[in-house]
Amino acid sequence: MFDIQTQLFEGQDIRFGPIDHEKDPGIESKWTHDSEFMRLMEVDPARPLSAAMLKKQYEKLEKEVEEDKNLYHFMIRSKADDRLIGKAAVQWIEWTNGNGFLRLGIGAAEDRGKGYGTQALQMLLRFAFAELNLFRVSAIVPEYNEGALALSKKFGFMQEVCRRRSLERDGRRWDLFVFGLLSDEWRNQL
Amino acid sequence: MKDVFTGKLVRLSAVDPEEMSKAFTRWNRDSEYTRLLMMSAQPLSSAKAIQKWMEKEIEGVSPTNFFFTIRALDENKLLGGLGLNVISWAARESFIAIFIGEREYWGKGCGTDAMNIVLRYAFTELNLQRVSLGVFEYNPRAIRSYEKVGFQHEGRMRKYLNHEGKRWDLLYMGILREEWLQVQNGDKT
Amino acid sequence: MRDLFRGKLVRITAEEPETYAKSEIHWQRDSEFVRLADSDPIQLSSAKKIKEWAEKRFEKGLKPDRYSFTVRTLDEDKLIGFFGLRIDLMHNEALVGIGIGERDFWGKGYGTDMMKLCLQYVFSELCVERVSLGLHEYNARALRSYEKCGFRLEGRTRKDILREGKRYDSLWMGILREEWLQMQNGDPI
Repeated sequence: MFDIQTQLFEGQDIRFGPIDHEKDPGIESKWTHDSEFMRLMEVDPARPLSAAMLKKQYEKLEKEVEEDKNLYHFMIRSKADDRLIGKAAVQWIEWTNGNGFLRLGIGAAEDRGKGYGTQALQMLLRFAFAELNLFRVSAIVPEYNEGALALSKKFGFMQEVCRRRSLERDGRRWDLFVFGLLSDEWRNQL
Repeated sequence: MKDVFTGKLVRLSAVDPEEMSKAFTRWNRDSEYTRLLMMSAQPLSSAKAIQKWMEKEIEGVSPTNFFFTIRALDENKLLGGLGLNVISWAARESFIAIFIGEREYWGKGCGTDAMNIVLRYAFTELNLQRVSLGVFEYNPRAIRSYEKVGFQHEGRMRKYLNHEGKRWDLLYMGILREEWLQVQNGDKT
Repeated sequence: MRDLFRGKLVRITAEEPETYAKSEIHWQRDSEFVRLADSDPIQLSSAKKIKEWAEKRFEKGLKPDRYSFTVRTLDEDKLIGFFGLRIDLMHNEALVGIGIGERDFWGKGYGTDMMKLCLQYVFSELCVERVSLGLHEYNARALRSYEKCGFRLEGRTRKDILREGKRYDSLWMGILREEWLQMQNGDPI
């Protein structure tokens, strides 16, 4: 069981950290040039981004965190060499209802399939339920994102909504699933 | 081509921030109304503050947001409004939110009529493929209206809302272009 | 899913403003390139002005109806050109502008590969129904390339450009979604 002394932001091989405005834009820019990554992460049309654009996005993001107070954003770094490997967030938080949406992505193809996503999701869920005291968390996953579907099922998320034919890519329409996990359900797994 | 914004009971018209903000201050005092419509608790804002917000966010032309007021055909009375938000042009999908602020007009078919007008606009003018909406479990009047218009149930986010110490589900509904066309072909009026 | 950003000879990139400005300054000095690309009177902008323009380009963020990409060669990673898309959201149509600023890469198939990559992007990710473009009658190389990609000549506005004392037509071409799909010839989509 976790307690106040157990670190929220340290995992086995990864840690959550803040944005490094100097180094991170260049690394994330490379990820955005991989159309597969963009299509797994975003519903909006995939397009590559320059480091300059990402710098501006990061500034906007930190402003939003500060002003709107309904977003928590983390950079995922490997513990071994402090390398940026992904991003995680709890967003669209509605405090009166106790709801939030999760976002998680591991940027480089070589870094996927190594268990980093599982570790990151574990930490993100603990932060959402045990620190933000949310009642439920949701995740939006396109039908073709098998990695995310498997990860959601592993953590006991229930598929609650099927937005039929919500996306069009490569000449066909895809469903968009909404998954939900309640705090009791998360606690029962611990 | 007939007027795209006129229905049988109501018509859609442009938002006048001054008029609409005053109406909002009246409607927002009805907490049953705000709890049927809003996800989270709303402050009771002044007409001035609402007008300012509307002028900034709503007035003018946007490529993704389309706002309308709903007016009764007979007296031209302002009844409510609706907003169409295109969440993805590539996917041609939009979300819709509709509200009838004037209580005496609840349950009279105005919402259904307005929804029919805006769906026609969405599918034949904006050429969308899908319209989605969220509705609260405790709003059966709206759920019935959406079903009548052709929306299909797509699931529910469990225990999403928290009111009066109880939790309620958020229902998702969606209508595809082909489903809407079928509804039109079945209805010869 | 296929790699959206890679063709056979080139790939799509987003460049840092300084890098892009450096190439743009160099390309703007080539009056033949500019006259093939544009109808506006050719001008010489200062390096400073071009740098400012490159930095300000995405200040307002990304828009759903504008896409601007740069292109690098796969083998030597050289920045050779660009293409831009303007989408008519309601009618689901794209207008494309494409150019290779590095003249050493003209006539070697790079333009055709770029356009094929552009069409793949616009039909697979933006899901439009048709793509249009315009070109000058005197740009024979481009006309051949576009035809190879599947564009059909749809019309010409007669004698609408005046350069070097002679009048030239502007040509207008288009390709439909079903035509592009047919050209894919059983390539896995």
